[in-house]
Amino acid sequence: MAIEVRDVTKSFGGTPVLRDVSVDIGSGSLTALLGPSGGGKSTLLRIIAGLEQPDTGTVVISGVDATRLSPQRRNVGFVFQHYAAFKHLTVRRNVAFGLEVRKRPKAQVRRRVAELLELVHLEQLADRYPAQLSGGQRQRMALARALAVEPEVLLLDEPFGALDAQVRKELRTWLRRLHDEVHVTTVFVTHDQEEAMDVADEIVVLADGVVEQVGSPHEMYDNPANPFVMSFLGPVTRLDGRLVRPHDIEVCAAEQPGSSAATVTRVVRLGFEVRVETRVAGQDVWAQLTRGSADHLRLDPGDTVYLRPVSNARTLAGSG
Amino acid sequence: MVTRYSLRVLALGYLLFLLVLPVGLIAWRTFARGLAPVLSALTSPSAVHAFEVTLSVASWAVVANTIFGIGAAILLVRHRFPGKRILGALIDLPLAVSPVVVGLALILVYGRFAPAGGWLERHGLQVIFSLPGMVLATVFVSLPLVVRAIVPVLEELGEEQEQAAHTLGATGWQTFRRITIPGIRWALAYGVVLCLARALGEYGAVAVVSGRLVGQTQTLTLFVEERFQNFDQPAAFAAATALALMAVVTLLLTKFLRPKD
Repeated sequence: MAIEVRDVTKSFGGTPVLRDVSVDIGSGSLTALLGPSGGGKSTLLRIIAGLEQPDTGTVVISGVDATRLSPQRRNVGFVFQHYAAFKHLTVRRNVAFGLEVRKRPKAQVRRRVAELLELVHLEQLADRYPAQLSGGQRQRMALARALAVEPEVLLLDEPFGALDAQVRKELRTWLRRLHDEVHVTTVFVTHDQEEAMDVADEIVVLADGVVEQVGSPHEMYDNPANPFVMSFLGPVTRLDGRLVRPHDIEVCAAEQPGSSAATVTRVVRLGFEVRVETRVAGQDVWAQLTRGSADHLRLDPGDTVYLRPVSNARTLAGSG
Repeated sequence: MVTRYSLRVLALGYLLFLLVLPVGLIAWRTFARGLAPVLSALTSPSAVHAFEVTLSVASWAVVANTIFGIGAAILLVRHRFPGKRILGALIDLPLAVSPVVVGLALILVYGRFAPAGGWLERHGLQVIFSLPGMVLATVFVSLPLVVRAIVPVLEELGEEQEQAAHTLGATGWQTFRRITIPGIRWALAYGVVLCLARALGEYGAVAVVSGRLVGQTQTLTLFVEERFQNFDQPAAFAAATALALMAVVTLLLTKFLRPKD
């Protein structure tokens, strides 16, 4: 294990933020800490980095108890949501910073910085200042800076949170490819389930300071441990008192065993996907169909249809 | 239209009679008989000595307030501790207290017949009527200037760059020298220049603690006053013009150093 977090609790001014959190992060993995804001995921990341101290519990990094180590002795790379670029230094000097404070020989620093700038595609901008870069470029610079010191683990706190949607998508694909090249154990915090599923090998869902579930993206999507995880990871709707994914609902023209009668209230065409909104016994239920099957059924508001979960659908008894 | 022009005329007239005319007249009177008398007035032994005293007092005060200012600003912005608000209020106190009161208070503590002053004097350090007391008085009156210049910039700079430096392996000192100081350098320079200007022009507190010993503890401001009282107007005006010139230079420096963005 690259990181072992054991029974960590943390409160800020009497408000518990983490309650007895234990997480194992495997060497070389790319893990997402996913959860709603205020769920404690950033605090957990900062505790791993040593930027916060846990009230109780331990943090072990590469087999060494790091709980009482200061951040500069933990050998972690940390990337901040708002880049934390050193504004008075050029891109090159930003990336070189960790090596310079370690008093590495000049020639070695120059070589390593050149390598990293190439890795993050900033060779052309090496002599610019952070203020002259776009958000995405600044974040790539911050990543190169964190990687320069060859950290045991790389920690990213909502790394794409401050970027616009287009750049965010590009960067996360790029991060995935970078990880496949560099193989450093990486943990990133996000509140965007799509981002977590897209990038991570492993997802840790944190809500209200508690680990709700740990698993690979598809495991978690297919077998959510509880209604919270199920609804956080993707759309859900409620049919016959059970939570079910809208794409796991079969819409039939005629009554079938186990189906419920529904009145179509609205049909929304979103390109390939068609949302069918219905009322079943006074409850709103929606189903997600492909355009082909929706065309086949010729649905119109006011029609009566019959809904049932598809045979292999994962459903959960809904709470509340 | 009319109100706008009358406002301008009013403002300009106000400044003319308050500022431009008096200062201009000093310059005019100084140079009324040409440059030679000015130079001879400024190169007299007591004038040169007053220059030296002023420079020495001001430099010590600037050094002390720079070190204290950086430390106090970091303490106020980056740390949480009981009594923080009291510290903040104490730092601003010198702005509210009259310099004469400062001088008297210093005499009460460091005078020859006070316990602290007596003890220091037995150990060979005379504070009052001597350079250390004048430095103390000047430090006191210009105490908030560096702190107050740095605090907002340090707040805006935020903690993240410092934290990033820590995670990259920088020690506390390396972070301070390589990240914090460059981040506040313009504000620091601005504060230092303001402090210097205040220290050069200080009169009241220094007048009380210096004892005004001509050729010993006489600063430039005290020299101006003493020459004027003794009807040596050329020397008084020449020194006053020199002080005003120094003020203008520091003022220009602050304009130049004022944080741009």
